[in-house]
Amino acid sequence: MREISYSEAIREAMCEEMRRDASVFLMGEDVGVFGGVWGVSHDMLQEFGEERVLDTPISEIAIVGAGLGAALVGMRPIVEIMFGDFLMCAGDQIVNQVAKARFMSGGKASVPLTIRVTSGAPGSAAAQHSQSPESWFMNIPGLKIVVPATPADAKGLLKTALRGEDPVIFLEHKMLYGEVGPVPEDPDFMVPFGEANILRSGKDLTIIAVGIMVKKALEAAAQLEKESIDAEVVDVRTLVPLDKPTLIASVARTGRVIVAHEAHVRSGPGAEIAAMLAEEAIEYLDGPIVRVGAKNVPLPYSPVLEQFVLPGVADIVRAARSFWPAHT
Amino acid sequence: MANYKKFFVLDVYRRIYLVREFELRAIEERRRGLIPGFIHSCVGEEATAVGACLALHQDDVITSTHRGHGHLLAKGGDPKYMMAELAARSSGYCKGRGGSLHIADFDLGILGANGIVGGGIPAAVGAALAFSLRKEKRVALSFFGDGATNQGSFHEAANMAGLWKLPVIFFCENNLYGEGTPQSKQAPLCDLAKRAESFCFPGVIVDGNDPLAVYEATREAVERARAGEGPTFIEGKTYRFRGHYEGDPQVYRIPGELEEWQARDPIPTFRQRLIEQWSIAEDEIKQVEDSVQQQLNEAVAYASSAPIPQEEEALEGVYADIHGGKVF
Repeated sequence: MREISYSEAIREAMCEEMRRDASVFLMGEDVGVFGGVWGVSHDMLQEFGEERVLDTPISEIAIVGAGLGAALVGMRPIVEIMFGDFLMCAGDQIVNQVAKARFMSGGKASVPLTIRVTSGAPGSAAAQHSQSPESWFMNIPGLKIVVPATPADAKGLLKTALRGEDPVIFLEHKMLYGEVGPVPEDPDFMVPFGEANILRSGKDLTIIAVGIMVKKALEAAAQLEKESIDAEVVDVRTLVPLDKPTLIASVARTGRVIVAHEAHVRSGPGAEIAAMLAEEAIEYLDGPIVRVGAKNVPLPYSPVLEQFVLPGVADIVRAARSFWPAHT
Repeated sequence: MANYKKFFVLDVYRRIYLVREFELRAIEERRRGLIPGFIHSCVGEEATAVGACLALHQDDVITSTHRGHGHLLAKGGDPKYMMAELAARSSGYCKGRGGSLHIADFDLGILGANGIVGGGIPAAVGAALAFSLRKEKRVALSFFGDGATNQGSFHEAANMAGLWKLPVIFFCENNLYGEGTPQSKQAPLCDLAKRAESFCFPGVIVDGNDPLAVYEATREAVERARAGEGPTFIEGKTYRFRGHYEGDPQVYRIPGELEEWQARDPIPTFRQRLIEQWSIAEDEIKQVEDSVQQQLNEAVAYASSAPIPQEEEALEGVYADIHGGKVF
């Protein structure tokens, strides 16, 4: 299979859907002439014209709110919010308007709106350009939260978002844009929501990973293998919906679990996953559920400080060893 | 003023009278216990809602506010389903899930009332964007109060609409109070229409208690919008006769002001004009009023006997696709 980058995979999904369906369009800050500050929508303006690739003012409320209004009258907008941190500028629109429109209207409103947003720490971007906002929105019924970790999933999950009828927050980790991997060329290739992906089978330990931590979990698993610890790595792919059956079945096989994400540990996605496993899988567990995530401080600017705060491969390895005191 | 036909002005009267009497009936039914939630009544502000919606077609859309009953009725909302929604019944507009603040009917172009001040304005701009992209001759009209012009959502949405010359009408009902604080203590200007200048579209002031003056100003704005000439801001000067919500002690009201505005009450004032300007007989007016009362009796009877939701209905209509229950 041909290999393309995560960034190209996202672009390909957008272009294919825009060719297929005239109601899909893209708007956001610098998405047109600039091609997106991360380059994801490069040259889309040339193909689709300025009516379907719209450069907007720096107005997150209006960008998301206009996406909502367009969706309510039959469009399928893709809105790009340049940094996940800026989602808070559009907080009311996302939380009170977009998420609740269908429910409040008795199920009549349809909001097929995809909010594409970059997340995570790209290195010295400091506290307002580095956050992982997934759990801010996990507490809001009505939104779906998608966290692709590979180029193929980035394409397939985005296509599912664009063909669905519900609002989606689609989180693209900045440090994954350059990742290259096999991506199907079939224009109908889609990855369904709510299906976690077991990327590595193992019998001793389950590492449930979110977004960029999938890659780090695989690296950690390779190291652990040298220590005769056989780790299973499960990519959640979507946090809402969450594939509980796959996570529970994996834990039932291994009896030990680490949940890894780049968001802060406190009330991060791992808190929900750990609580779910404590409620539904406690009988399979041979030890505590361990969370690996960013320390509970804002992301610092200094590379030294930032690396200390962010979770890495070593943190997962250390957490894994803690299950076998002889290793530590 | 144009030479309106008798049947037209009598119909205008029927509409403003319906809004007034619907509100009084809802207040009464809340007191009697049929309606459990908030009511933010628009008593005194009937002419803006009715005059503005008269200038719209059915496939034009509106966004409304927390004080939205008048807008919904004026856009064609059925008092029966509105009253049933206020009474939290399964056959209400939103199946008892929305209540007064969230009534919507997409077939009538009502994109929703709103519990957030200024929350619906960006969606109107988004709907207008969709109409413009699809080259449809439809317009969006957003109702909001004076208080909403101090919100970022208004400024972002108006800027975007002015920039892209979208077919949208910003209709500000300036009732002189933002919740419990006079407008004069919330903004450094009284004539809010002036705000339009900074977005490069016309700002018009109109007597918000005269339904025909409102109709004419809105019709002109709609014509501009349909012709591709962009947005208009209309400020209807009006007054809220009752509290921000039913039960509001109104300690903030400036003494003597209510009495002054009651002398210009839109309902009796327009009624008198029917007799004097159009020589409509008292009997004929009474007939219209009786038919409205009959309609409201039926609405209350319908709401009182409408089914109360079953508990599990609360789980419906959050998403279009629940992925086998995994979103919950």
